Amino acid sequence: MNGVHDLGGNHGFGPIERETNEPSFHADWEKAVLVMNLVGMVKRIYNIDEFRHAIERMGQSRYLDTSYYEHWLASVETLMIEKGVVGRDELDARTKHFERNPDAPLPDSKNPELLAAVMNVMRKGMAEKSEPKPGPRFKPGDAVVTRNWQPAGHTRLPGYARGHRGRIHAFHGVYILPDAHAHGRGRCPEPLYSVGFESGELWGDAAEPKERVYIDLWEGYLHPPEA
Amino acid sequence: MGSHHTEPEPWVVHRVRALESLLIEKGLLSTEVVDTVVQTYEKDVGPMNGAKVVARAWVDPAYKQRLLADGTAAIAELGFTGRGGGDKMVVYENTRAVHNMVVCTLCSCYPWIVLGLPPVWYKAPAYRSRAVREPRKVLEEFGVELPPETEIRIWDSSAEIRYMVLPLRPEGTEGKSEQELAALVTRDAMIGVALCRAPAAAR
Repeated sequence: MNGVHDLGGNHGFGPIERETNEPSFHADWEKAVLVMNLVGMVKRIYNIDEFRHAIERMGQSRYLDTSYYEHWLASVETLMIEKGVVGRDELDARTKHFERNPDAPLPDSKNPELLAAVMNVMRKGMAEKSEPKPGPRFKPGDAVVTRNWQPAGHTRLPGYARGHRGRIHAFHGVYILPDAHAHGRGRCPEPLYSVGFESGELWGDAAEPKERVYIDLWEGYLHPPEA
Repeated sequence: MGSHHTEPEPWVVHRVRALESLLIEKGLLSTEVVDTVVQTYEKDVGPMNGAKVVARAWVDPAYKQRLLADGTAAIAELGFTGRGGGDKMVVYENTRAVHNMVVCTLCSCYPWIVLGLPPVWYKAPAYRSRAVREPRKVLEEFGVELPPETEIRIWDSSAEIRYMVLPLRPEGTEGKSEQELAALVTRDAMIGVALCRAPAAAR
């Protein structure tokens, strides 16, 4: 999807603003959003690619006007509704309830089974089933060209790297293809490579000297250079 | 962008509470789960973990070799495993000839397993847009000036591979213990936007 989330190379965002002694969270609601998203994935209500794409779908100007955890909230809310876990009407009604009663407590609950499942993922990561591993078409050192790929849906080929010449730096292994996985089209495992690009190839005359950008790209994003 | 750490509208707070309460009723959340996960991120997962990895690599050449060859396994040797390492951790070493720096231009992928939660600037548009196009200018803003002959390598985390930088060990730290060395390692140095400094120079 050609959207504002695809920020690499864009101009106009000003200097980098740093906060000294930044806390882990800036507000309590951010904590809840982080954990709700973790649960969404632990319970396999949605996957990480659907999660990222739902952020991309939140609206272009809204994306730039809101913070990281507001992006997450937009995505969690969208997916919980789309997957039928929560109804939009009940969510709206409940929001009004808390607007009228900001101090109303949350339901007190223990859920030892959920706690165990979540902490297990925190410690060990998500267990994924093994699947077919197609052999890699390219090897380190091979010259490749990225596709001029302009899908309306999710992709992890950044706009700034489309239609450019690079070189395979490393073969990472075979990984789930986000372009399919974000859209319920299965996992479609594909070889994944680290591909190196000279800065001049990406930025032309504006490139800084002696810079190389390495991007992790799936095999389908690449083709061999024309003979 | 100021908007990236200003207070959201109160609506957001009510919306989050509404979603939280509905998920609790549906058996998909509890306040205990929220508190336990948050406590883990506030106390157990953070740059102090990455600093231990770096210090070990500085004092133990065999460990360093394992770390650069298989980041996931070498980081697990120190007990750091699980969610937040993506599917695979890859560590690149800064030298006088090559400086590495990590970014995620498409979202905000970050090696949580060794660095904890990312700082706001890492997730904001200025860093994400500029790191790939003008890394030397970005580094200057962070107070890092590299010699022109140093090659810069930017790692754009576009998949489930997570990157960490092994910073250059500062000069004058030869006699220091592993623990003392870990105290010199900063989060920013492991992202690749700062250098580690010896204590005298750091003050």
